[in-house]
Amino acid sequence: MTTPPPVTPSPSATPPLADTAMPSPAAPVPTSGPGAESAAVPNAVPNAVPNAVPNAVPNAVPGSVPGALAAAGRGVADVLSRCRDEGRAALIGYLPVGFPDLDTSLAAMETMVANGCDIIEVGIPYSDPVMDGPAVQRAAATALAAGSRVGDVFTATAAVRAAGAPALVMTYWNLVLRRGVDRFADDLAAAGGAGLITPDLIPDEAADWIAASDRTGLDRVFLVAPSSTPERLAAVTSACRGFVYATAVMGVTGARATVGDAAYDLVRRTRAVTALPVCVGLGVSTGDQAAQVGSFADGVIVGSALVSTLFDTDRDEGLERLAALTRELAAGVREGRKG
Amino acid sequence: MTVGRFGRFGGRYVPEALIPALDQLDEVRAKAMIDPEFLGELDRLHRTYTGRPSIITEVPRFAAHAGGARVILKREDLNHTGSHKINNVLAQALLTKRMGKRRIIAETGAGQHGVATATAAALMGLDCTVYMGKVDTQRQALNVARMRILGAEVVAVEHGSQTLKDAINEALRDWVTNVHDTHYCIGTVTGPHPFPEMVRDFHRIIGVEARAQVLDLTGRLPDAVIACVGGGSNAMGIFHRFIDDAGVRLIGVEAGGDGIETGRHAARFASAEPGVLHGAMSYLMQDDDGQTLESHSVSAGLDYPSVGPEHSFLKEIGRAEYLHATDDATMEAFRLLCRTEGIIPALESAHALAGAIEVGTALGPDALLLVNLSGRGDKDMHTAAAWFGLVDDGAGV
Repeated sequence: MTTPPPVTPSPSATPPLADTAMPSPAAPVPTSGPGAESAAVPNAVPNAVPNAVPNAVPNAVPGSVPGALAAAGRGVADVLSRCRDEGRAALIGYLPVGFPDLDTSLAAMETMVANGCDIIEVGIPYSDPVMDGPAVQRAAATALAAGSRVGDVFTATAAVRAAGAPALVMTYWNLVLRRGVDRFADDLAAAGGAGLITPDLIPDEAADWIAASDRTGLDRVFLVAPSSTPERLAAVTSACRGFVYATAVMGVTGARATVGDAAYDLVRRTRAVTALPVCVGLGVSTGDQAAQVGSFADGVIVGSALVSTLFDTDRDEGLERLAALTRELAAGVREGRKG
Repeated sequence: MTVGRFGRFGGRYVPEALIPALDQLDEVRAKAMIDPEFLGELDRLHRTYTGRPSIITEVPRFAAHAGGARVILKREDLNHTGSHKINNVLAQALLTKRMGKRRIIAETGAGQHGVATATAAALMGLDCTVYMGKVDTQRQALNVARMRILGAEVVAVEHGSQTLKDAINEALRDWVTNVHDTHYCIGTVTGPHPFPEMVRDFHRIIGVEARAQVLDLTGRLPDAVIACVGGGSNAMGIFHRFIDDAGVRLIGVEAGGDGIETGRHAARFASAEPGVLHGAMSYLMQDDDGQTLESHSVSAGLDYPSVGPEHSFLKEIGRAEYLHATDDATMEAFRLLCRTEGIIPALESAHALAGAIEVGTALGPDALLLVNLSGRGDKDMHTAAAWFGLVDDGAGV
C-alpha cells in the first residue's frame, strides 16, 4: 500500500500548478448577466477588495512561508479554474482524518487524489457534529475512539498537498477556537493547507478568522443553503474566498436518492450575487448524481458515500472500494456537461 | 455584525441554513413582547393553566439546618407539569403558531422540558417530537410515558454520551432538515441568539413575582437569591429582576457530581474555559483539542457540559457567583427538605437547597435567602429510592 508521505512540506512537494499566475481569486470566473453587477453590491466591497491583495502578491505578506502560502492561497481557485477550462465540474472528496486510523486515512486521501478527486476536503473528527448524518458521525466517533487528535489534520493536509491536490480543512469551529484562530491558521498554512470550510461558523461571527485568513492567504469557504435569503447570499458569498459551498438540501450530510431542484435553484441564486465558483455538497453518492450536479455546479462535493466505503471492511478492500467509487464519481463529473 | 452577545459570550455558531429561521424568530418574538394580544394570551394561560403566580413558602424547619438563616422557597414545582419549564414552553408554542409552523421539537434531559413541550403541543394542537438521550430515557422512564400519553413522539438518542448534549445534537439535525414547518423549542437559556435572551425573558416572571412576594412578606430584599444551574433557565428567570439590586447576591449552584477532583461533574465554572457548543460561546467542559467532555450528575437536568452564555457573562463581571454541590450533598439536602417540610424537590432543585445550606451556614441567622424550587421530585423517586435503599428487594421499582 501507499507509504505515508513526509509530514513536512518542502518546496519540491508543491506541485507546479501553484506557481501559475492567477487572476484575483475574488473574481476567478468570468461571468455575464446579473452576477457580474451583483457582485459589486456594497457587501462585497469591503471583503472582496482587500482579500484579493494577499493572494495576488503572496510575497508581500510578512512572516509567511512563501512556498506554503502560494500552495495554500491559490490551489483551490487554480484547480477550479482548470476544471472549468476542461468543461467540467471539479470533484471534491471528503474524508475525516484519523478514520479508521491515521495511517489508513492518509492512504485513503492519497487514493482519492490518485483516482480523480481534484480537491480533498479533510474533516477533523468532532464530538458533536450537528451538521453530519449517520455515516460521518460514525466515522468521527471511530476516529476519536482510535485516538485521533486535531493536530493530525496538519499531517493530512501535507500528505494531500504532496499527492498533488489542494487540501481544504472542514472543521467545526470550537476545534479552531481551542487551538487559537491565529495559531490554527499559521499551522495550516505551514502544512500546505488551502483553507477552511466552516459548517457552523457564519461570516457574522468570523471576524478573527477573516483577519487570520487574510494574513495567511488561506481560503475561507462559508456555506449557503436553500433557505438563504438574497441578502444572506450576498453577505455570505462576499466573505468567501476559493469557492462558495452550496448545501443541496436542507439537512445534514448523507447519501440521498435525489439531489434535485433545490440545489439547482440555489446555485442559480448564488451565481446572481457572486462571481466565485459554486460547489454543491450534501447527498451526492453516485456517478449519475455527480453528473447531474456537475452539469450546473463548479464542483461536486461527496462525503458520506466515500466515508462509507471504509466501513465494515479491511484496509485493502476498503481502499479498493474507495478507489472504485472515486473513479465512478470522477467519470460522472466528466459526463455532466456532455450532450 | 454579531448579534445576541452578553459581553464576549453568546452569538450564533450555527449552520447558515438556520439563520433565516433565527432571524424570523427574533423578529416575531420582538414584536410579540410588545404586543398586548400576545402578552394578554400568555398571561391568561399562566393564570388559568400554569397556575401562576406560584406561591412562596417559608421553610423554618429546613432553615434550622442552614445556619438558622431565614429561607423562602419560590414554588415553581407547583406549576402545571411540575417545573418552571412550562413558562417558556407556553410562550414558544404561541410563537410557533404565530410563525405559521405546525410542529414543535424539543430536547430533554430530566424530562421536565419534554413533558412541558408535549403538554403545550397537546394544548395547542401542534405535532411534537422530543429527543432524549437513551441513558436519560432509562433514568426517567416515567417521563417518557408521560410525553407519549400526551401525544408526543419520544426519540431515544443513542449517539455519544446518550444524554442531554446528544439530544440537542439530534434536535438540531431535525431542525435543520425540517425548519420550514418546525420550531425548535430550546428548553434553556443557551443555543444561538435569540434563544438565551428569549428564554430568559419568558422565565423572568419568576423573579418579578418572587421579588414582590418577598418584599411583601418580609419588608426587605433577600440577601441572596439561589438557584441551580444546568443550562440555567430557572436561575436566569429568578436572577434577572434582581440584577439591578446591588445588595442582593445572585448565587448559582452547579452539579458537583462525584466531586471536582474526580472529573465526574458538571461544574463548568469550577473547571472549564470558554468555547462554543450548540450555537453559543460560553464556559464549556472540553479537552485540550476542544472536544466536548462528558459531564456527570445524579440529576439529568444539570448533566450538561456547557451553560447559558448570560451566566458566563454574569460570572465574568462578578455580578453572580457560582457554587457547586456534590451528589452526596444534594441527596442530603433532598432528604432534608422532604423530612422537615414535606416537600419533595426535583434533584436539580435540591442542588439549590444544598447551596442554601452552605450559604446560610456562612451568613448566619440574620440572613434572608430566596431559593428557587424549580421543580418537584416525583420524577426522581426511582433515583432516590435506589440511593437511600427505600425499596424492598424484588419490589420491581
